Amino acid sequence: MNHGIFEKNSLILLIGILIVVSIGGIVQIAPLFMLSSTIEKVEGMRPYSPLEQAGRDIYVREGCYNCHSQMIRSLRDEVERYGHYSLAAESMYDHPFQWSSKRTGPDLARIGGKYSDAWHTEHMRQPKSVVSASIMPAYPHLETTPLDYSNIQDKLKTLQFIGVPYTDEMIAKAAADIEAQIAPDTPAAKELLARYPKAQVRKFDGQSPGEGVKPTELDAMIAYLQMLGTLVDFTKFDASGPNLR
Amino acid sequence: MTMAGHKHIDEVTGVETTGHVWDGDLCELNKPLPKWWLYVFYACCVWAFGYWMVYPAWPTLTGYTQGYLGYSQRAAVTAEVNAAKAAQDTYRQAIANTPITEVKGKEDLMQFAMAGGAAAFGDNCSGCHGRGAQGALGYPNLNDDDWIWGGSVEQIEYTIAHGIRNGADEARNSAMPRFGLDGILEPAVISDVANYVRSLSGSEQVDADAAGRGKATFAEQCAACHAEDGKGNQEMGAPNLSDAIWLYGGSQEAVTQSIVTGRGGAMPAWAPRLDPVTVKMLAVYVHSLGGGK
Repeated sequence: MNHGIFEKNSLILLIGILIVVSIGGIVQIAPLFMLSSTIEKVEGMRPYSPLEQAGRDIYVREGCYNCHSQMIRSLRDEVERYGHYSLAAESMYDHPFQWSSKRTGPDLARIGGKYSDAWHTEHMRQPKSVVSASIMPAYPHLETTPLDYSNIQDKLKTLQFIGVPYTDEMIAKAAADIEAQIAPDTPAAKELLARYPKAQVRKFDGQSPGEGVKPTELDAMIAYLQMLGTLVDFTKFDASGPNLR
Repeated sequence: MTMAGHKHIDEVTGVETTGHVWDGDLCELNKPLPKWWLYVFYACCVWAFGYWMVYPAWPTLTGYTQGYLGYSQRAAVTAEVNAAKAAQDTYRQAIANTPITEVKGKEDLMQFAMAGGAAAFGDNCSGCHGRGAQGALGYPNLNDDDWIWGGSVEQIEYTIAHGIRNGADEARNSAMPRFGLDGILEPAVISDVANYVRSLSGSEQVDADAAGRGKATFAEQCAACHAEDGKGNQEMGAPNLSDAIWLYGGSQEAVTQSIVTGRGGAMPAWAPRLDPVTVKMLAVYVHSLGGGK
C-alpha cells in the first residue's frame, strides 16, 4: 500500500487520523443512544429539587466523588451490602454523573434514609466521632456557611437547556422552593411536594425551622444525601423481559 | 526522507529495507513480525469471533446480539443472590416460623441468627451504634441493660423494624419539650433541675441546695415521663435518669443543655430496607449482646 501521500502531507495525515478516530468513536458511542437497554425508563425518577441540586453542587465542589462512588454494580457482594444494583435511568438527571470509580469510603447510591439527619450533622463535623475508624476529613464549615442560592435559577435553566425536564414554573419558583424545603408544614412546602414528589421537607442540620430561617450548606448537603436512591420503588421493578441485560 | 519506488536491499545483512532513507543513508530493515507474536494475534482474532457468537456483542438498531449463551449480568446476579438465599433457606424459614422469643432456645437457629445478625449489624447499625455496639454521644450503648424503648426481644425487634422519630406513624414517637428554648422554665430553674437530675444517680459534684430547689420543678415538669423517682418510662422512650448512664452526657453543662433544647434522637426504619428474617436475626443479636431482658 502506498502511504506516501500521508507521510508527506501533515494536513492529509491529520484528516486521515480524524476520520479513523471518529469511526472508532461512532461505533462505540452511537449505539448507546439507540439501545433500549441504555435508555430504559423507570418509574419514580424526577429532577432534583433546587435544595437537593444545590447540595449536589456542594458534593461536587468538595470532591466527594474522589472517595465515594454512586454506582452499585450487579455483583452479589455489592447488592447484598448496598442494595439493588443501580440502573442507568437512576442517573438520568445527573450532570455530571457521580458514578466515580474509587471507593475509599462506601458507595452512596442508596445512602438516603440509612442514617438520621443528626448522624449526618455529627459526621460532617467530625467523622471519627461516630465512625471511629473513619479516615474521612471533617467538613465543619458546611454547618456554618449560609447556602448561596442567588444563582439557583440560572443553574436550573442551564440544566433545562441540556435536557433535564425542569418546567418554567419550577425555575421561577426555584429560590422559593429552596426556602420551602426547610420549612415543614407550610403552604410553600406543600407546593414543593407537588412539584417534586417524595421530596423530604425539614430543617436538616438540626437547627430549628421557622420564618426567615435561611438554609445552610449542610441543609443542602443532607437533603441531597437523604434522597439518594429513594426515588425508585424496586418492588415494582422487573429485571426480566425488556429489562434483562 | 525519500521514498524509493523499487526494492532496496541492505548490503550488510542482505535484508530488504522499508525504502525510507533518513539523513542520506539511514535505513530501516523490513523484517517480518516475530512468529509467536503473529500467531497470538491470529488466535485473538479467532477468539473474538467465538466471543461474538457466545456472548452479547454487537449493537443492532435498538438492541444487540444476544449470543448463544444468552448471558445477562442482571440474571446472573439475581441467580447468585437467590442461590445464596436458597442455601440458607432451611434456617431462614425455620427462623421465620419460630416465635422470636423461642429462637434463643434452639441452638442451631441461635447460631445462625447470631452470625446473620452480626453481619447485618456491621453493615447497617455500626455507623451509629459503633462496631462493638458501644454507642456514642446521642446513640445508645446496646451492650448494657439500660433500654430506652424496652429491652425484650420483641420490643427490640419493633424498634429495629420501625425506627424512632423518623416521621412514620408506626415509628416509636415521643417528643421532649424544649424547656429553655420555648421559655417553659427560667434559666435559673433549669440549672436547679439539672442539679436535681444529676443528684438522682448520686453524682458527687452536685450543688445540694440547687438540687433541693429543683426537686419540686422535676415533680411538676419531668415526672410525667421520667417518673417520680427518675427511673424513666419505656412506653414513652423516657430514659432512666437515676442510673448514671447518660446518652447526651452527665455533666452539669450537658444536662442543662438537654433540658434547654429537649432531646429526641431519630433512628431509621429498617423494615423497608431489610427483609423480616434479617430484622429478626438482628433483634436476637442485639438482645444477646449483654443486656437483653
